[in-house]
Amino acid sequence: MSLVALDGLSVAYGSNVVLRDVSLSVNPGEIVTIVGPNGSGKTTLFRAIIGSKNAASGTVTRRNDLRIGYVPQKLNFGSTLPITVARFLRIQKNVSRSLSTQAMQNAGIAHLADKQVSDLSGGQFQRVMLANALLRKPNLLLLDEATQGLDQPGSADFYRQIQRVREETGCAIVMISHDLHVVMSATDRVICLNGHICCEGAPEIIKSDPQYMALFGPETGRELALYRHDHVHDENCNHDS
Amino acid sequence: MTLLDDFMVRAILAGIGVAIAAAPLGSLVVWRRMVYFGDATAHAAILGVALSLAFGFSIFAGVVSVALAMAITVTLLSRRTYTMDLLLGVLSYSALAFGLVAVSFLSGVRIDLMAYLFGDILAVSRNDLLVIWVGALVVVGLIAYRWKALLIATLSEELAFSNNIDPRREQLILTLTLAVTVALAIKVVGALLIVALLIIPATAARPLSKTPEAMALIAGIIGIGSALLGLGFAYILDTPAGPSIVCVAAICFFVTSLFGIIFAQR
Repeated sequence: MSLVALDGLSVAYGSNVVLRDVSLSVNPGEIVTIVGPNGSGKTTLFRAIIGSKNAASGTVTRRNDLRIGYVPQKLNFGSTLPITVARFLRIQKNVSRSLSTQAMQNAGIAHLADKQVSDLSGGQFQRVMLANALLRKPNLLLLDEATQGLDQPGSADFYRQIQRVREETGCAIVMISHDLHVVMSATDRVICLNGHICCEGAPEIIKSDPQYMALFGPETGRELALYRHDHVHDENCNHDS
Repeated sequence: MTLLDDFMVRAILAGIGVAIAAAPLGSLVVWRRMVYFGDATAHAAILGVALSLAFGFSIFAGVVSVALAMAITVTLLSRRTYTMDLLLGVLSYSALAFGLVAVSFLSGVRIDLMAYLFGDILAVSRNDLLVIWVGALVVVGLIAYRWKALLIATLSEELAFSNNIDPRREQLILTLTLAVTVALAIKVVGALLIVALLIIPATAARPLSKTPEAMALIAGIIGIGSALLGLGFAYILDTPAGPSIVCVAAICFFVTSLFGIIFAQR
């Protein structure tokens, strides 16, 4: 049974319908990437999965044992709220001091323990948020534009970490992303969103889909050509392992 | 209890009680950018006072209910056309004006309006003291009980939901404790300065704090210190007590901010 299934989901803010008739399901252990232009409803889709935004119509079915680990793009507070990384990692229920220390070591952020969360760089922030999400021992990890503000090596590094998380914990991962070419090599399935699902499927199929091309324009084509080159290389490596 | 017969002792205990409730709540108000929300709630208190006097129920009950009604009105209207600061400004001053007009109708009752606008801590009765301390302990207890959930809901709504915490419920708890605190503090500093008592000690504590808990605790210490020193000044210099307390808190704010700037530059 899928972890979470959306069936004919529509979501609206007042009279503004942001998502129309979206149906999709996420299976255990798979990596799904959601791409789409600004205002295409990506974040709203996340909110519907998490349950912070109710459906106008359609249903969201969550498996009974669903545990969501959420990696936010940013937090709501400015520097008025003092909180160290170590304290932040104990903010969720049932996280002991030893558990959070362990998590910091695993994520390679032990040296940040006494640093204020508001002082972290983009890359450090993402590592801390990921470590926090993993403390819930999730079977579904949601990443909201996790690599925004990271440079190319930084985001490539982050995606390698995501891959490792799946290998180690077997949890499913759904991510919103703009780094099309990096994302495509690290994902099982791509969903192209623009208020509704334009197209979906394996990355190789999506990249030649005319709807996808139309949405992301010729610029993307060039990036994808680059990506395709990389990808063949990647794939060979993966076959070996 | 002859000790409590002294008006100065009662004033000090009242000031400490309010400072204790204001510290964790004020920190949350600062973090969640609810300053104007607090202002609107506090201004509505004057209307609550007028209604209580007109219909003869306790001031505490009147202020809590009108403050809650205000909070609910803001929440309901905030989903409409107006931006939040505009809506809060309109409602806040409307409540104050309606309150002042309503008080003027109470010709039969001789009331000292200044006491409700700026507080009358030196006239705190034993009964007031009981209400303040019970109320303060309820506020602190409720916030302590929901502390983790309140923090997560403050950091991110989605993070809260993914942890099975409903941020709307936490917001409701905050609204409730805010209304109670306003009702407690009106006798101490008055409707116009209540928010100052919430946010100034908390903001003064910020440069000295590394964790949310430390900030709430230090805010409490600064709040209590301000109450003691402020009352001392009021006694010696014959200044108005409520504003004197706020002045001391404000001086603490300047000192710690300076400390924060100097410390950060090293």
